[in-house]
Amino acid sequence: MPILQETPSGLYCEAGDFFVDPWRPVRRAVVTHAHSDHARSGCESYLAARSGAAILQMRLGPHARISFVEYGQSLMIRAARVSLHPAGHMTGSAQVRIEVDGEVCVVSGDYKLQPDPTCTPFEPVRCHTFITESTFGLPLYRWEHPQVVMQEVNAWWLDNQRRGAASLLLGYTVGKAQRLLASVDASIGPIYAHGAVISACRAYRACGVALPEIRSVMDTPTKFDWSQALIVAPPSAMGTTWLRRFGDVSTAMASGWMRVRGIRRRRAVDRGFVLSDHVDWSDLMKAISETGAEHIWVTHGYTQQVVRTLQTRGFSARTVATQFKGEAAGEEAEVSDPAAVDDTNEP
Amino acid sequence: MQRFARLFAQLDQTNKTSEKIRALSEYFRDVDPASAAWALYFLSGHKLQRVVPSGLLRQWAIEVADIQQWLFDECYEAVGDLAETISLIVPRSEGRPVDGTLVQWVEQRLMPLRQLTVSEQRQRILTSWQTLDQVACLVFVKLLTGSFRVGVSQKLVVRGIANASGIDAEVLAHRLMGNWQPSAAFYQALVHPDAGDAMLSRPYPFFLANPLEGTPSDLGDVSLWQAEWKWDGIRAQLIRRGAQTFIWSRGEELMQDRFPELESLAQYLPDGTILDGEIIGRRDGIILPFAHMQRRIGSKQLTRKILQEVPVAYLVFDLLEWQGNDLRAEPLSTRRSQLEQVMAELSRTRAAIQPDHEKQWQLSEHDLSDTQDRAQGRAGGTSATMHFLLPDTLKAGSWEELIALRSRSRDEHAEGLMLKRLNSPYRVGRPRGDWWKWKIEPYTVDAVLIYAQRGHGKRASLYTDYTFGVWDGDVLVPFAKAYSGLTDQEIAQVDRFIRQHTLERFGPVRSVQPELVFELAFENIQLSSRHKSGIAVRFPRILRQREDKPISQADSLATIRAMLGAASS
Repeated sequence: MPILQETPSGLYCEAGDFFVDPWRPVRRAVVTHAHSDHARSGCESYLAARSGAAILQMRLGPHARISFVEYGQSLMIRAARVSLHPAGHMTGSAQVRIEVDGEVCVVSGDYKLQPDPTCTPFEPVRCHTFITESTFGLPLYRWEHPQVVMQEVNAWWLDNQRRGAASLLLGYTVGKAQRLLASVDASIGPIYAHGAVISACRAYRACGVALPEIRSVMDTPTKFDWSQALIVAPPSAMGTTWLRRFGDVSTAMASGWMRVRGIRRRRAVDRGFVLSDHVDWSDLMKAISETGAEHIWVTHGYTQQVVRTLQTRGFSARTVATQFKGEAAGEEAEVSDPAAVDDTNEP
Repeated sequence: MQRFARLFAQLDQTNKTSEKIRALSEYFRDVDPASAAWALYFLSGHKLQRVVPSGLLRQWAIEVADIQQWLFDECYEAVGDLAETISLIVPRSEGRPVDGTLVQWVEQRLMPLRQLTVSEQRQRILTSWQTLDQVACLVFVKLLTGSFRVGVSQKLVVRGIANASGIDAEVLAHRLMGNWQPSAAFYQALVHPDAGDAMLSRPYPFFLANPLEGTPSDLGDVSLWQAEWKWDGIRAQLIRRGAQTFIWSRGEELMQDRFPELESLAQYLPDGTILDGEIIGRRDGIILPFAHMQRRIGSKQLTRKILQEVPVAYLVFDLLEWQGNDLRAEPLSTRRSQLEQVMAELSRTRAAIQPDHEKQWQLSEHDLSDTQDRAQGRAGGTSATMHFLLPDTLKAGSWEELIALRSRSRDEHAEGLMLKRLNSPYRVGRPRGDWWKWKIEPYTVDAVLIYAQRGHGKRASLYTDYTFGVWDGDVLVPFAKAYSGLTDQEIAQVDRFIRQHTLERFGPVRSVQPELVFELAFENIQLSSRHKSGIAVRFPRILRQREDKPISQADSLATIRAMLGAASS
């Protein structure tokens, strides 16, 4: 009997009688991180990493019963030994290590190996079975060092200031927005944010993440001169009337998908910054080999392509279905038009 | 090269016309004239003869990226562009990218590749890939494969150069017509304040019509307008200068030796004459469907057979140059009456001299009488000869009369009417106001989505290329492909449907559970032995999704054949 089984509610551990990132309400849920497709409300109780406590509580609501543990702290849930380890995806993101009868399985959730000032770096965990995401599981996805990307962002902001245009930077509300805010050179000018981003920042600060001073767009007078400002907003703000107030504005999006021209043009943003909270192709391969696992379960993304590659490299690999409908037919539904499906996509 | 790549990135990055013009004008101000000439050459859609087959480039990229063929193909599917895929997967060496001007890259690195052996080519190209940054690498591969396209029109490039040089955009557009070779001298002449113009073969920029939206009575008094049938053929300028004839398509392609019928007659035109009109297939006085023209254009050799089956006629409607003088500023009415004289003169000259070698183009008695009959009839025209016709303008005292005439378009083998303001000059490009095309309503068919394929470029990785079927008994037979007509949002919905309702995959093509019905529009419908359904359609596009219709209510081949009957009667 494998440690984890696929069920209609998601991955289930029978030995411990709990689910990992279930997509239906269950009794006990271990949650890898606070993005909506991993942390769903309605479960009786949750277990998650303490470093992201305020963020998860914001996501699940004040009444959700959540037990928080430190990274590396191990506890027995029935016959399963469970511990959480940093995944480097966002503040509080964790890999779930489950050990049953000496057999170890790790559910990585979403993860990246690149440095990120808002979270503890990814930690390789040795295991027999590794469950990995594959959002960017094609060799064309290759990330520059985040420092290089942030230099581009700074230069873009400065250039806009010189031209007298506001700088609107789009990034996922929880995670990407804070990573951008924590990394951008705040001495360039005033920083503003969309209301949704501001609320998330509040939770981030409660988790001890250092962020620069961020003002609310809503609280700013109507005739304000935005030309020196950086405004951080969710991707869904694009194309809405909310943008009108900024006058002459240069739009940019920070996402791994921006690596592909066609996707960026479809989003109709002026600039695309290739900055992702997921692993690129080479980090994916590196992370997998560092676990020492023989069995790799691949989910969420270019599953078939990654499975086939791993098989040719001698791994035992298979796909694991996700909640996305198209996946049942062996498809990559959520990947195909990633940017268009909006910010649910690169959490 | 990096500078040109930066221009490419700037053009690619913004959707604002003003930003694009700014980037272009900065570029043309910055660079040396020879590089400017090459940049103009590529940006206006010209390409180098292919240097290396793209199959080889693909293979080399696979080798240096150290991946398997199938994985490369997956990447290509996700990106939708070969050059971009290569630029994204080849490894890059550390350090500063090498540079050189665009002209150096093109003339010293790209063009010499042709003389090298395949292994030398491979070595040089791989070195370039590794030393260029990603965008420059993309541009480089696009130049190699001769498929360089960015989202700018020649008009926009011209505006950028106008901005940089201070030369009027219309003057530049004219100087750019016809054949030119990119060189420093060419660019300098282009932006010279007074370059003693008039290259012999150079046509004028075409004046294009806008579709008429709304009702014609919005255009004011009908007496201010000239109405003509709108023919479905190949728009062409015919130039007679220096005892030579040049025929240009609207795509600015020189169509030499394609229309011997026209060239042999054109020699009777006096030097310094430029006509504008439409080339159509016409046999025994009857206009042939456009598919016949396509067959003639598509055939590699003009055999006697094709010349007999699809003879062409030039339906002339405008006179742009006469006795070497540019008439474009004259009002249409003046140009028209001058054109009538030119055509009458041509008829007379042609009748007076008839050398033997031309007999093959002669009219049969039947043709002659037919043409003359039609010349007197309502839809006829003045016939200079069989191959040059001056169709009459349509006489109407009111818009209602024109509406009635327009409804007969299909009987006249026309696509509708053209409305031209009588006092208008011959303008450049597609400005609104003076020329309108007033097409008849298209044919429409309700058809079922049965196959889908992913798109390219902006639509890469989305299922945007659809095949539609109609009923033949109780089977859906494929009968038309359509790619356009849906909004991005609708495409996203259909894309999702396709992914969730795929029946089978054949390479890039998926068969889809027949469920969605769409209303398609066509300009024309014809019998065809080349198509499985026996029917060929022209300009298919999607009008809308018919969510109200189950697939059982989609149209059948029989219904479509009935339309075809109506069309050919």
